[in-house]
Amino acid sequence: MSMIVSSIGQGLLWAILGVALFLTFRILDFPDMTVEGTFPLGAAVAVVSLTHHLSPSVSITLAFLAGATAGLITGLLYTKGKIPILLAGILVMTACLSINLRIMGSSTISLMGERTIFSHAFLAHLPRYFDSVVVGLITISIITGLLIYFLQTDLGQAFIVTGDNPTMAQSIGINTDRMTIVGLMISNGLIGLSGALIAQSNGYADINMGIGIIVIALASIIIGEVVFGELTLNQRLIAVALGSIIYRFVILIVLQLGFSTNDLNLISAIILALCLMLPNLSKSLKLDHVIQKGVAKHD
Amino acid sequence: MTESATAILTLENIVTYANRHTPNQTTILKNLNLTIEAGEFVTVLGTNGAGKSTLFNVIAGTIPIDGGRVLHLGHDLAKVSPEKRAQFLARVFQDPKLGTAPRMTVSENLLLALKRGQRRSFSPRRLKQHQAGFKTLLATMGNGLEEHLDTATEDLSGGQRQALSFLMATQQRPDLLLLDEHTAALDPKTSDQLMTQTNQTITSQHLTCLMITHHLDDALKYGNRLIVLNAGEITLDVRGEEKSALTKTKLLEFFGRIE
Repeated sequence: MSMIVSSIGQGLLWAILGVALFLTFRILDFPDMTVEGTFPLGAAVAVVSLTHHLSPSVSITLAFLAGATAGLITGLLYTKGKIPILLAGILVMTACLSINLRIMGSSTISLMGERTIFSHAFLAHLPRYFDSVVVGLITISIITGLLIYFLQTDLGQAFIVTGDNPTMAQSIGINTDRMTIVGLMISNGLIGLSGALIAQSNGYADINMGIGIIVIALASIIIGEVVFGELTLNQRLIAVALGSIIYRFVILIVLQLGFSTNDLNLISAIILALCLMLPNLSKSLKLDHVIQKGVAKHD
Repeated sequence: MTESATAILTLENIVTYANRHTPNQTTILKNLNLTIEAGEFVTVLGTNGAGKSTLFNVIAGTIPIDGGRVLHLGHDLAKVSPEKRAQFLARVFQDPKLGTAPRMTVSENLLLALKRGQRRSFSPRRLKQHQAGFKTLLATMGNGLEEHLDTATEDLSGGQRQALSFLMATQQRPDLLLLDEHTAALDPKTSDQLMTQTNQTITSQHLTCLMITHHLDDALKYGNRLIVLNAGEITLDVRGEEKSALTKTKLLEFFGRIE
């Protein structure tokens, strides 16, 4: 039981990462590699702020701002520097490695004995693992709510159309460069924030904690899409969060099967590859037909 | 000066190069001069490579000019970005895929285009309040678009998409409308239908319009001015009665001469 609660809690905390990547990967329609640098950047900034006795909320805000700054740089390299987005992301990601070491001063910093967001009196009284469920649920709800509101505003619609059809967006007066930069800033800001929360949940920040996280974020997006199918944009954001929880369950099962945590990156990659191939596989194996037959109502 | 200050659009000695700063540099537009007055519906003819699309891109600001000036109501547009030009300029592309956002619905596309050139803020978009108006507007096209308010545009036919693009360009009155062979990708029947609708909207609303076409018949039938672009220069410019008197035979003769 506690394993399940823990998986839900972790799923909710990691969901922020998935939702953040959704903004670039699905809405702006490009893969943003900056993520692998901004996630540990957020963790580093938060942990160092906490060891300097700043409040947890200040540390998380600083992590957001640090991530947004990295996103700004990727955005400028891409839109003004005309560097392909994949390369721009890799450049900033690589630069972040050095920046993170500078910020942390060493490759690992423990939060042992420091006051974190999880030290809150209310959370401390909850049964084990329920603290991350509460923190995860509150944060992902606020973030999803704000994003849903934003995407339904005039500016949010301009952001969506920038990814959908940049030529048309420009022809109706939308500054597509600015929209792309804003999207990268919000996305990477949220990724920094999720790094800050995960570090506090783990109790430490590690210089290597960003490795492979783009795969984890993509896995929540793709699992959400594969499991829940055709949805409206708002529902898709929620599906990402649920996808993140499902992903944690899959990991839980895999670990129960006897794999070690060292195998996790390999397993994550395999899960993602399978999910990405599923639409094509199901077509060639005629799985769609079989499933539809089983699910469809009789007219 | 007095004349050009009132003109919707003035192009003065426009020069553009392709393959700039390379040994293959070629001149596309050669000292092109063109003045468009309010209410003119200009059909633009020209062979492939004559510079018709370049001309539109220069007006829209999506390619830089290497010489000359573009003026809107007498104001130089040199420092005005393509996004800013959308305040007075609307465009329909030849490719049905370019004019609409594929994953957004018909009404979402219309709402986005309704705010063409305006500042977009954090205020809610209010899609529901516009639905009824959009439905009426879509019904004017006579191709069933009004039944597809909530359909993603990628699921529409090419004809429906071009009709939608045309509505998006004209629902918020532009000072200048650019139609870039907007019926070329459609089958003859759909193409005719959209062309008739286009003509009706432009004439009834007295829009100022430049329309590129490859159909000599359309170029003769529609509009009150006709220009022929050849090798980056305007080689024929007729309007009013002179245009009405023009026939397909005369045009073909003219094209024969320049080739």
